[in-house]
Amino acid sequence: MENKHTQNQELSLKQQVKKTVGVDVQTCYQCGKCTAGCPLNEEMDLMPNQILRMLQAEYPGYENEILTSTSIWLCLACDTCYSRCPQEVKLPQIMDFLRQESIRRNLVNPKSKNILRFHRAFLAEVERNGKLNELGLTIDYKLHSLNLFQDLQNAPSMLFKGKLGLIPHRVQNPSEIKKLFKKING
Amino acid sequence: MRIGYYPGCSLQGSGREYSESLFAVAEKCGIELEEITDWNCCGASAAHSLNHDLSVALPARTLALAEKQGLEQILVPCAACFGRLATAQQELVSSEPMRSKISNYLEMPVQGSARILTVFEFLQEHIFPVADQFIVNKLNHKTACYYGCLLSRPKDLTRLERPEDPMEMDAVMEKAGATPIDWAFKTECCGAGLSVSRTDIVAKLSAKIVEDAVSRGAESIVVACPMCQMNLDLRRKEINKQMDQGSDIPVLFVTQALGLSMGISAEKLGLNRHFVSTGKVVSCVGRKEV
Repeated sequence: MENKHTQNQELSLKQQVKKTVGVDVQTCYQCGKCTAGCPLNEEMDLMPNQILRMLQAEYPGYENEILTSTSIWLCLACDTCYSRCPQEVKLPQIMDFLRQESIRRNLVNPKSKNILRFHRAFLAEVERNGKLNELGLTIDYKLHSLNLFQDLQNAPSMLFKGKLGLIPHRVQNPSEIKKLFKKING
Repeated sequence: MRIGYYPGCSLQGSGREYSESLFAVAEKCGIELEEITDWNCCGASAAHSLNHDLSVALPARTLALAEKQGLEQILVPCAACFGRLATAQQELVSSEPMRSKISNYLEMPVQGSARILTVFEFLQEHIFPVADQFIVNKLNHKTACYYGCLLSRPKDLTRLERPEDPMEMDAVMEKAGATPIDWAFKTECCGAGLSVSRTDIVAKLSAKIVEDAVSRGAESIVVACPMCQMNLDLRRKEINKQMDQGSDIPVLFVTQALGLSMGISAEKLGLNRHFVSTGKVVSCVGRKEV
């Protein structure tokens, strides 16, 4: 499912970020605005500016620490950090790359697995129908996360208010989307 | 000029009243929206978190179909879809290798040439010039205009004049006769896509937003994003547990509020589909004092 982003293990994570995302993390001078403005800083195990500093160091031990952090999965891509960064470091795009690299190296933090499960359930639903159906997504996620009863109390009123469709929306030819996924995933 | 329309998945499901109210307002003003035939999901956070190429290819397919349909401008009311379509477009336009890679995946040409409109741009350019003749009610109350993330940032995509303190939605609410308040959480994040996988975080972040709006005297929160609306409305039970005193402040889409001021019925605007009752705002119609 995920990108085979870069196969070159000999590159440091910092070099991979440069090559894949096109961002030179060396430009960060640690003003800390990214962390100060991050809506999730209270929840994170590594602060956004710390991740940048650790990338700069190119120390192998730090690479594992970054890729097993929960921070990379909590990032909501709200873009506050990037908007306020005096050096315009595209931290949200770096986070996307780090998530993909964390999967590739099999280092996803167990605490973050439900977030990953949700993303995968989402894409599986899109791959099936070309459109997202909230009911299909919810069922798929519940089965994979085993949170079977979560949100169950909301389902009847969502149905009643016409917010939860029982008949899935689809593109005209779902196999076209399946083919697209297949081509991209190789 | 024809205006293309990309509803996105939310506006056919949990956020359908956004689409219903948008169409009701457009119809009132005599403006036609032309849906992109056979559009697909933009991929949302899931695609950009897990696979970069997919996060460009999914919106690119929709952009390619719009081009085939001859649409030169596309309205994307959902903030999250707007972010994905505009980001993909930026990549397609700025990189020829990316463009040819993606059209190879899609097996159709794609330029990324159409202009993608936010809901604010659509309202300013197409509704505002004719709105005054249709506004029959004053929606007389204090409101907190909540922009969230993806209609505010990044500013090269959203084109807001003041991304840290935007005024575009405030202008719409003033037109509807409401009094927008000055508050601190206009562009903070509600927790967005963590709604299901980390409801606890969404409750905490959304509670700060609701608390600030209420403590400054707002009687409604107005939004332009189906995710913000769902988090602040559907998650209210969890939000209230995070607050000293719970709140029943309603959360409306900006198009619902504008529709009310145009005398469109609450039912047609989907105001009955909310979890927190919208009755308080409906009863503000024509109220004398704030």
